Amino acid sequence: MSWFIAPFADNEFMRLSLLAGLLVAVLCAVAGTFVVLRGLAFIGDALAHGVLPGVAGALLLGVPGILGAAVGSAVMIIGVTFVTNRSGLSSDTAIGLLFVGMLALGVIIVSRSDSFNGDIVRILFGEILGIRTANIWLLAVATLVIVAGVALFYRPFLLLSFDPEQADVSGFSSRRYHAIMLAMVAATVVVSFQAVGTLLVFGMLIAPAGAGALLARRVGAMIAWAIGIGSVSVYIGLLLSYHYDFSAGATVVFVTVCAFFIVLTIQAIRGGRIRNRISVAGAA
Amino acid sequence: MSTNPAILAKDLVVGYGAERVVEGITLSLLPGQALALVGTNGSGKSTLLKTLLGLIPSVGGSLEVLQGVPGSRPKRIAYLRQAHGAHFVVPIRAIEVVRMGRFASLGLLGRRSDHDRQLVLDAMAHMEIADLAEQPLQSLSGGQQQRVYLAQVLAHDADLLVLDEPTSGLDMGGRERYLALVDAARARGAAVVTATHDIGEAAACDQVLLLNRRIVAQGPPSEVLQAERLLETFGITLQGIEHGTHSDFIIGERPHGHDHPH
Repeated sequence: MSWFIAPFADNEFMRLSLLAGLLVAVLCAVAGTFVVLRGLAFIGDALAHGVLPGVAGALLLGVPGILGAAVGSAVMIIGVTFVTNRSGLSSDTAIGLLFVGMLALGVIIVSRSDSFNGDIVRILFGEILGIRTANIWLLAVATLVIVAGVALFYRPFLLLSFDPEQADVSGFSSRRYHAIMLAMVAATVVVSFQAVGTLLVFGMLIAPAGAGALLARRVGAMIAWAIGIGSVSVYIGLLLSYHYDFSAGATVVFVTVCAFFIVLTIQAIRGGRIRNRISVAGAA
Repeated sequence: MSTNPAILAKDLVVGYGAERVVEGITLSLLPGQALALVGTNGSGKSTLLKTLLGLIPSVGGSLEVLQGVPGSRPKRIAYLRQAHGAHFVVPIRAIEVVRMGRFASLGLLGRRSDHDRQLVLDAMAHMEIADLAEQPLQSLSGGQQQRVYLAQVLAHDADLLVLDEPTSGLDMGGRERYLALVDAARARGAAVVTATHDIGEAAACDQVLLLNRRIVAQGPPSEVLQAERLLETFGITLQGIEHGTHSDFIIGERPHGHDHPH
């Protein structure tokens, strides 16, 4: 039994990591549910990578990384909107352009750093074992804001996910609420990257929510499943990383993705009707 | 019942940007009246419906919907879009889809009242899907899903119903329930606009607009739904069968000389 408890009972850094991880799990489950339902996986992925140059720039300038991440995600959203509106190209193309461009810029900026490898690994994979109390507070506030936001905008978000035209006809501007939804996803990425890194936060966004979509009959239940699966994955991931000296953030995210495939497999074995329309399945 | 037109259009041009799909639409639809838009796929029916709803701007002319600009009266307009297909991923039960019909009235945070709940239950009972309330939408057949969407329209309790191919996928029983829905809505003063391939449904409306990327004919069904016009629009002939107050129409053969009789 101590195998499961002792790492957290004996080490404060593990308790803080667990708390941060659980908050990230809740935050990403709530935001990720609408990423999955709206088919925003690609923009979610791009946002997660698009913050890289912002974080890298902040590191070089000696300002908090979260500010750089916020600027990076804002540039990403504005850039995608600009290219889509002005070029007439599909949003996929716009997202892809910004995604690769921002990623490359991030690496260029980090390459100016004296500790290139350390910095890039820290940004991409996070430092969940180095989480400080201030990070926990930030995550807690962000979680409260996002949960309150989803509660407030639940009706337009549901309509938007189900049928954007119906949202517009019902008086909920699909454009406005799509922008709010994107801002929530961006905020989730920005506050979560310190724990699980820019590369891995995307996994936390879509894997638990994707598994939730397979299990739930209602959106509320989907969020609850996603929170449960994400939380258990965080716990198991941290345990495995502690006992076997694995990279903590990567292990957590790997476990969440494994959880998705376990759910998918169980559904298939039980002959349950798997919703193969879930776009996230391919991405995960 | 208000006597102001639910829809008032003058020289309306509908289309997408520079592309003018149908020009010169002038019509007035009073409360309690029904207008059928009849035409082939791509004839401009859905474009006109989306313009009425404010989903796309009109290209020219003037248009008032419920005495306002299109899209400005969400609480009073219910919309049934063309059959969704099964592309959606949202895990949702039938009753929740019907409840969406109350969202425009409830806004962001309005609490559902007993009146709202009753409208939803009555709508489901009317469409004879009360027993499907807890079923996941995706587990239902196409016809059952269409009944759910029609119940959503009914639950809206709107003054204007905008319906895009409402009888699509419905069986005979569903079609009867739909026609009863329209009759009840009209009786309480709601106006109805329906884009349809169902000539029997169009024949039960007050006005028919026959479209083929232009107005082929406009007026009461007895004038518009004539053999030569339908032949021009659809390339088909129709045979009417009287059923008391309603007529059903059977699509006949295209009268081309090279067609062989069966």
